[in-house]
Amino acid sequence: MSDQFSAWQLILNGDAALFAIVRLSLAVSLSAVALAAMIGMPLGALIALTRFPGRSVLVVLLNAMMGLPPVVVGLAVYLLLSRSGPLGSMGILFTPTAMIIAQTILIVPIIAALTRQTIEDLWAEYRDELTAMDVSRTGRMATLLWDARFSLLTALLAGFGRAAAEVGAVMIVGGNIDGFTRTMTTAVALETSKGNLPLAMGLGLVLVAIVLAINAAAWGTRIWSERQAG
Amino acid sequence: MASRFASFASALVFGVLAGLVSAGAQDRSIVVASTTSTQDSGLFGYLLPLFKAKANIDVKVIAQGTGQALDTARRGDADVVFVHAKSQEEKFVADGFGVKRFDVMYNDFVLIGPKSDPAGIKGTKDIVAGLKAIQAKAAPFVSRGDKSGTHSAELALWKVAGVDIAATKGPWYREIGQGMGPALNTAGAMNGYVLADRGTWISFKNRGDLAIAVEGDRRLFNQYGLILVNPEKFPSVKKEFGQAFIDWLISTDGQAAIAAYQIDGQQLFFPNAEKKGS
Repeated sequence: MSDQFSAWQLILNGDAALFAIVRLSLAVSLSAVALAAMIGMPLGALIALTRFPGRSVLVVLLNAMMGLPPVVVGLAVYLLLSRSGPLGSMGILFTPTAMIIAQTILIVPIIAALTRQTIEDLWAEYRDELTAMDVSRTGRMATLLWDARFSLLTALLAGFGRAAAEVGAVMIVGGNIDGFTRTMTTAVALETSKGNLPLAMGLGLVLVAIVLAINAAAWGTRIWSERQAG
Repeated sequence: MASRFASFASALVFGVLAGLVSAGAQDRSIVVASTTSTQDSGLFGYLLPLFKAKANIDVKVIAQGTGQALDTARRGDADVVFVHAKSQEEKFVADGFGVKRFDVMYNDFVLIGPKSDPAGIKGTKDIVAGLKAIQAKAAPFVSRGDKSGTHSAELALWKVAGVDIAATKGPWYREIGQGMGPALNTAGAMNGYVLADRGTWISFKNRGDLAIAVEGDRRLFNQYGLILVNPEKFPSVKKEFGQAFIDWLISTDGQAAIAAYQIDGQQLFFPNAEKKGS
């Protein structure tokens, strides 16, 4: 009986450990989204505006990589960052930094692929104008990315959703260390393995509520900025 | 425009990274590769704050099966291993990956099964007879199948029972390749038998229709060992902090702390360190 309430008591009492877990989950996933956006958006726009041999193959590959299994990405990053691996001397395995790296790799393809599609569609609309004005390719990319910003918000949210929901990669490269690399999803996995199913479910609901709140905030920002932009 | 986003994003990322680096500057912490049983039973949650208060060293526990924990250490990714499969541990030290192995504590394994007891073994003290009956009746049996200490112990017991499990296993024998908790969850869901360490069993919350079927056989003894990863092999090993953790656990204080850990009035682990190591 007490288990049914414990998850909600943790939240209502402002449990410090729970807040630390939530804060780490958000810090890791939002950092990964920010990094992935800096890589994925220019990359997607570049592919959208460039024609070269093998482009179709690249587009298919990029789309397919949206389905990268987190556990495989986690294992690859683990082998890279392990003391016995090529980047072992950095000593960042089992740290939040390692978790950000793994999640960034996981969501760059999502953001890049969705950006490519969005920019390509918009380019069809803008082509005549931008060609007539003789804008450079970098200028075109910047203009299109800026004008597509509200649609691209969805790409960011898709990336964030993937990062916040995955457990396979952060479990392997973070190690689920109490108070250091434990996130919402690895905490749910741990409580499930302890047979503490009500608490696990409670934590899961907290995670879903947070993801919902972030999506609502993003939606609100979009409505507000669209009004501002007239 | 786009640069505004980029500057916001980079501020966010560097803020996080800077926070991490500054946290690492005064890094008094070690990584301990250990088993799911020590974590899931809550032992570390009890011991680590005591050690932190004593030595001001943070212990970061990676909870894996014994086989995986030793592998993690073999790659140089841990400072100390705290596991329970003596033969694997001795090989780890003999291969030069560990400095020295110390006995630290023990508990015992218990055979868990459904209350309906389809193999008819409840109450027997003979684990070998119990396993033979399960195999003869093809009663569902959940195996960890993950090279953990408990999995090693289970395979050794099948051998003692004279059952060649690799050759005779049928659909009744299910290897799930997961930790102790998931194995208990699975056994509960399929009305199967499962070998578990007593610590995890006592602290396990989703028992459903499961109960202890066989216990008290001396062949169910479960010894835990501690090893410092060899700093000559991996210079990154924090040998002073790691050794401090080992020294504390086998000291009178540490041994008393292990003995004092209870759930519902039951002691989970029994200290038995002999200071010299092997």
